[in-house]
Amino acid sequence: MCESCPTLLDSLIHKGVLIETGVDGLYGRSGLFEQIVDGFDRMISRTGADQAAEVLRFPPGMNRALFEKSGYLKSFPQLAGTVHSFAGNDRDHAALLDRLARGEDWSEKQEMTDVVLTPAACYPVYPTVARRGPLPADGLVFDLNSYCFRHEPSKEPTRMQMFRMREYVRVGTPDQVVAFRQTWLDRGKILIDKLRLPYKVDIANDPFFGRAGRVMASSQRDLGLKFELLVPVNSEKNPTACLSFNYHQDHFGSTWDIRTETGEVAHTACVGFGMERVTIALFKHHGLDVSKWPAEVRDALSL
Amino acid sequence: MMDTLRQLIDKHARLPVAAGTLAPAQDLYAAGLTSFAAVQLMLALEEAFDIEFPERMLNRRSFATMNSITTCINELRPQALAS
Repeated sequence: MCESCPTLLDSLIHKGVLIETGVDGLYGRSGLFEQIVDGFDRMISRTGADQAAEVLRFPPGMNRALFEKSGYLKSFPQLAGTVHSFAGNDRDHAALLDRLARGEDWSEKQEMTDVVLTPAACYPVYPTVARRGPLPADGLVFDLNSYCFRHEPSKEPTRMQMFRMREYVRVGTPDQVVAFRQTWLDRGKILIDKLRLPYKVDIANDPFFGRAGRVMASSQRDLGLKFELLVPVNSEKNPTACLSFNYHQDHFGSTWDIRTETGEVAHTACVGFGMERVTIALFKHHGLDVSKWPAEVRDALSL
Repeated sequence: MMDTLRQLIDKHARLPVAAGTLAPAQDLYAAGLTSFAAVQLMLALEEAFDIEFPERMLNRRSFATMNSITTCINELRPQALAS
């Protein structure tokens, strides 16, 4: 790390790997950072080549009506980012500029648009699948990658507000999706082994909001619905979730009325890869000078 | 209290069966209670019995059966048992 930099974030910024914007959790990325992201992205694609996944790419904003129906606001209202825009007349515009010049709140004539920032790469896929009608007998696998937004400003470089999530999503019968999740639990470990990063896999819960969220989190853990592959980055005590393996049971299937070939409510599961988190973990463990990274890691990432 | 509890379950737990058909020790999750519905039931119980479930009760097991729910309520508000 950089001698005069007190934190990993300072080191990454000092070295020009991340570029400050003035907002915690919102950074530019250097070309080198992107090469590593791309290298890891290709590793995931090679690992998932047998999945016959349908590749879909959505923009980092989603239809607000679909977002509302998804139930995200029930569980994570504190993380959601909604897009607002000016909706006023000339007089309102003048008032906006006046308030702006005086450093006052200028949001009065801002109205919600039809767009919200995508909270997880898989959210737009469920309504898309539902519109197609019943699943084929083998179910479906999707390959997704999107910038995502979560409102949780932090000085930890691994907790960004805007970050990329690559995902494979399985939609099918309970047996199909549980088998998929086990496959990716195994493959995730092999991937991170190739990058020579220390890790452990542990049961986990999502950051559900409020007191009601405590019940949700307890249920998620008791039922073993979420596992994370954790790499120590900011601390050994609170390692960073770099990959997550989630079994949603029929949550999305019933929300969107996705049906299997035989008419049952479909179950879903996903594996998510935190592209920035893995990249930052590599800098943490192998150093800021990529030319000195272990040869097998550089080879794996095609660097 | 069991009558009130059954009414709240019918109204908030969104089970496919009537609460009157369930035994006090029967697993509500097995009967179709989802985590989301358990949370709705929890909020309704707090309002109906004028209680607030403390941190240690905010888990899946507290709402697993009518017996477990009454145990929690009894601990928080013993006089509710008589109502």
